[in-house]
Amino acid sequence: MSEHKVVLEARGLVKRYGHVTAIDNADFELRAGEVLAVIGDNGAGKSTLIKALCGAVQPDAGEILLDGKPVKFSSPMDARERGIETVYQNLAVSPSLAISDNMYLGREVRKPGILGKVFRMLDKKAMHDNAKAKLSELGLLTIQNMNQAVETLSGGQRQGVAVARAAAFARHVVIMDEPTAALGVKESRRVLNLINDVRSKGLPVILISHNMPHVFEVADRIHIHRLGQRVAVVKPDTHTMSDAVAIMTGALDPNDHPAGAFCD
Amino acid sequence: MSSTETKRVETADHERVANAAQGDFAKINQAGVPLSERVHNFFHAYPIAAPTLVLVIAILAFSSIVGDRFFHPFNLSLIVQQVTIIGILGIAQTLIILTAGIDLSVGAVMVLCSVVMGKTALTMGLPAPLALGAGLLTGAITGWINGILVTRVKLPPFIVTLGTWNIFFALNLWYSESQTIRSTDIAREASLLQWQGTAFEFFGARLTYGSVSMILLVILVWYALKWTAWGRHVYAVGDDPQAAELAGINTKRILLSVYVVAGVLCAFAAWALIGRIGSVSPQAGMMANLDSISAVVIGGTSLFGGRGSVFGTLIGALVVGVFTNGLALAGVDVLWQQFTIGLLIIVAVAIDQWIRKV
Repeated sequence: MSEHKVVLEARGLVKRYGHVTAIDNADFELRAGEVLAVIGDNGAGKSTLIKALCGAVQPDAGEILLDGKPVKFSSPMDARERGIETVYQNLAVSPSLAISDNMYLGREVRKPGILGKVFRMLDKKAMHDNAKAKLSELGLLTIQNMNQAVETLSGGQRQGVAVARAAAFARHVVIMDEPTAALGVKESRRVLNLINDVRSKGLPVILISHNMPHVFEVADRIHIHRLGQRVAVVKPDTHTMSDAVAIMTGALDPNDHPAGAFCD
Repeated sequence: MSSTETKRVETADHERVANAAQGDFAKINQAGVPLSERVHNFFHAYPIAAPTLVLVIAILAFSSIVGDRFFHPFNLSLIVQQVTIIGILGIAQTLIILTAGIDLSVGAVMVLCSVVMGKTALTMGLPAPLALGAGLLTGAITGWINGILVTRVKLPPFIVTLGTWNIFFALNLWYSESQTIRSTDIAREASLLQWQGTAFEFFGARLTYGSVSMILLVILVWYALKWTAWGRHVYAVGDDPQAAELAGINTKRILLSVYVVAGVLCAFAAWALIGRIGSVSPQAGMMANLDSISAVVIGGTSLFGGRGSVFGTLIGALVVGVFTNGLALAGVDVLWQQFTIGLLIIVAVAIDQWIRKV
């Protein structure tokens, strides 16, 4: 295809639920250092595609390649261990736990030596300091107290914690599912900036969103999903929002567009 | 306005308006917060503060009403002895309630374990340490049964433990043949089972090993909840099980472990129970289920899960003990003691609802 380095790729993915084929021979390609938006109508199968990529769903056919090597994810933990972090729409944070507890939830760090081995004591200071460093890296320094419960944060700040968690632990890919869906104007802005920050750290981002202005603002390429397949990959500078929506809904055949169906 | 707001991307018009309208992005500003909100924030940050306040006020009130008969080391240590059983069961109950569950079977498990300890030592004639081990194992197994029914069969904890409460209690009556094992027999054959009842003097106070055990267990479970990954996961599971699962926590394993640990704690309470009453009675601890829930709730642990502490439960148990003891010394009829405890529970839950609001 091109000289671009491909980080995560899917070929001919199929997933059926009974008689319903949610994804039907779908392809997917994420390149190094890019923000790839995935758009599609409700029922187009984009969430099934994403679930297959983050390990929440096991495809019936097709293969997934990470850094060119075939992989099989049997659970989200599996994908996580291979460096793919997902920011879920409901954020998957624990409201009554502190910010640093949440950042390290499920992968706590124990103290070195006998305290950690025998008494299984957590290294709260290390987790606290690292969490703080990660948040300031992402410009979230307004959060003063890392021992503050997450429920005391605003929606945007919670999103910030979830994104910081993903960015801190992802080695290959960050997947964000509708990160701005529940946010106000200013908080959305902050999250879009966070996406840019993650990209500038060199991590590619998969962004699932219904919000066209947001997609066209941050995405390098836009994967358009329709009827269980990838019908086009467009770029914000060759296609307009109306083009994208027309392709998404079937009103426009992507091959009829002057820039073609698959932009490079 | 922070510079990052407009760092990279052109800010759209509607966003500029929004930016101009308000202050910095979600800045946490404590100045100018009304007093009521600051009080709320304080109780939110320190859930143990409210029950501690109630305990201190109750002690002061009874000291001034009843006088030295109440505020005397001997009487105060008596209260600690009286709450020992409920305190230990309360630790088990706290763990379950932190996961947004409830355990109605703790009292029945305790009695069953005490009967197993007594029968193993006296009827089967095995050495006392073995009898103790058999009791603790029984606690673990009953907890495991509760846990399996909650995690695998996916029944609500209320229903599971309502069922096992009856089942374990019936098994206890069947196994013990409704016979009490006499204190003198235990003292002669297996005095280890009464060890928790051993009393010692401490600055005019009279404490038992059971009371000390209760406090040590509170510290142990506090450590596990606060300083280990397991403890953080217990809170996370109670808080939002789906989020915990997505964060990579094996929620079923955590829940099952909580029920097993609770069962073992109930067995430990059985040991303390034998120490306290001397004998093994299949009819003991009938009210222990509900009393342990009262201690947990008054101690500020939320019935909705994810919020609370074992120290709160210890204080909750002491609050119940102080009210019962103080009202009795003040000559108030026992029915008004019960009335007061009921009132305390309702007030505690009302406060919890208020504190939970963010």
